[in-house]
Amino acid sequence: MKLQGKVWKYGDNIDTDVIIPARYLVTTDPQALAAHCMEDIDAAFAGEVQPGDIIVGGTNFGCGSSREHAPISIKGAGVSCIIAASFARIFFRNAINIGLPILESPAAARDAEKGDTLSVDLAAGTITNERTGQTYQASPYPPVVLAIIHAGGLVPYARTVLGVQMKGRAW
Amino acid sequence: MGKTLAEKIIAAHAEHVEEVSAGDLVTVKTDVVMANDITAPIAIESFRAMGVSEVYNPDCVMLVPSHFAPNKDIKSAEQTRTLTLFAEQQALGHRFQVGRAGIEHVVLPERGLVLPGDLVVGGDSHTCTYGAVGALATGMGSTDIAFAMATGTTWLKVPETMKFVYYGERRPWVTGKDLILRTIGEISVDGALYRAMEFTGPAIHELPMSDRLTMANMVIEAGGKCGFLPYDEVTEAYVTPRATRPFTPYHADDDAIYCSVHEFDLAQMEPQVACPYSPDNVHPISQVRPEKVDQVFIGSCTNGRFEDLAIVADILERTGREFHPDVRVMIIPGSQAVYLDALRQGWLEQFTLAGAAVSVSTCGPCLGGHMGVLAGDEVCVSTSNRNFRGRMGHRDARVYLANPAIATASAILGRLAHPDEL
Repeated sequence: MKLQGKVWKYGDNIDTDVIIPARYLVTTDPQALAAHCMEDIDAAFAGEVQPGDIIVGGTNFGCGSSREHAPISIKGAGVSCIIAASFARIFFRNAINIGLPILESPAAARDAEKGDTLSVDLAAGTITNERTGQTYQASPYPPVVLAIIHAGGLVPYARTVLGVQMKGRAW
Repeated sequence: MGKTLAEKIIAAHAEHVEEVSAGDLVTVKTDVVMANDITAPIAIESFRAMGVSEVYNPDCVMLVPSHFAPNKDIKSAEQTRTLTLFAEQQALGHRFQVGRAGIEHVVLPERGLVLPGDLVVGGDSHTCTYGAVGALATGMGSTDIAFAMATGTTWLKVPETMKFVYYGERRPWVTGKDLILRTIGEISVDGALYRAMEFTGPAIHELPMSDRLTMANMVIEAGGKCGFLPYDEVTEAYVTPRATRPFTPYHADDDAIYCSVHEFDLAQMEPQVACPYSPDNVHPISQVRPEKVDQVFIGSCTNGRFEDLAIVADILERTGREFHPDVRVMIIPGSQAVYLDALRQGWLEQFTLAGAAVSVSTCGPCLGGHMGVLAGDEVCVSTSNRNFRGRMGHRDARVYLANPAIATASAILGRLAHPDEL
């Protein structure tokens, strides 16, 4: 799968309290959460983000609480992918589990600037910065994470491993 | 080759393997799966979407309304309703009704529901608290929790372990909170990313369980996956009368392999404060500007236990002082059991007479939920665990994290203060 989008650039230790403040955790609706995504660090984000845009962060992106609402709000905002120097552990799992692509690449994260266009080849794990022409290789995923990604997230993965019939549910 | 606590407990719960080492990916059985009123609604939705009809074991799945409890508005009431109905439908063995429970990380250890040697996953980042009793406990998001609720398993990467050694005699007013704040200050908020933290050394064995729970609680503030306090006489005395089932304590091997070792001499350490806006912006109290404070919050899963409230009562008793009239003082026991114990001690009356607002147990203000949300230009001293921007309310509010003694002294003097100033 190939993605292309404009960069929203943030620093190190972007915590889940600024990604989606707790005062908005009274809903699980992705669109309602997206309306307040990044509100406490970048008030312009929710209004200006375009479908396909890419968030680039520094180290420890998504640190703090376990709230899955954080990647849900980012995905709900239309962001296609997050690239960071490193991810907080719970956020990493949450993003993979809900089918939001995330890639770890300290060099790509360092070099990207706000407004750059990045092209991402998820299967190859490569990131190309269209402004500089430079291509970066992201860290490979562990096998179980790859299996969850290929299934489209943990819910469809679980349906497969549990051998559950579809029972008329649309996926 | 020697093994760390994380390696031993994961090996004991791993499917298909007898022994594991840091870096291995394994599927493990879970002893307890927990979620709260924020994370459970999504977990229940994902659980149903997985096509599963029953939880793997109704005695092992625990849903605790805590964050917005008692329900702060209609939307949070609807979320809690989801938990209640699911618990009834699944005939869950343990219920956590408002008025009878409290904050999950205070209640579960207190009731002996999380035990030494357990493997616990929780839909709350502070699930790592249970490492204080020797459980491998780690926070996860809702969909991971749904999978564990359905199957009683999860996948884990066996973490490397960092060892922290504390020695020397603690100075007055220095608590487990100060040890963990200093530690996070040293290694930073991603210093233990993907790793386990073992807290050891002679000074650790001197700490009561409440301080150990405080230390394990803040492992996530250094990015850690889980943390462990050693199983000793103090743990045994705490756990044995509470345990709801048999348990197996583990000890790290002397020749276990650690990725790093960090030593702290407590003889040199004074109470610590984490300044805005990060739990790793840590300074000794004497080095922090004595800023005027608008609110003091004493409570949370970090410092809402009996021994924490005892410190507040002790300072008020010794000094005969009241809280400063310009300060909102919120004192919130971490569980209803703590509330009742404090009530019987006469502390709730004492706190109220001194000018504090004392509330039913809730996470409330810690996450800017309710019961003490901050305005933009306000300053708060809090015994909780996070002071990120917007954590306790407005993005510009400034939160200082500290131990209950510093919080009490600050509440009395109306500015950041050391109890020796009283």
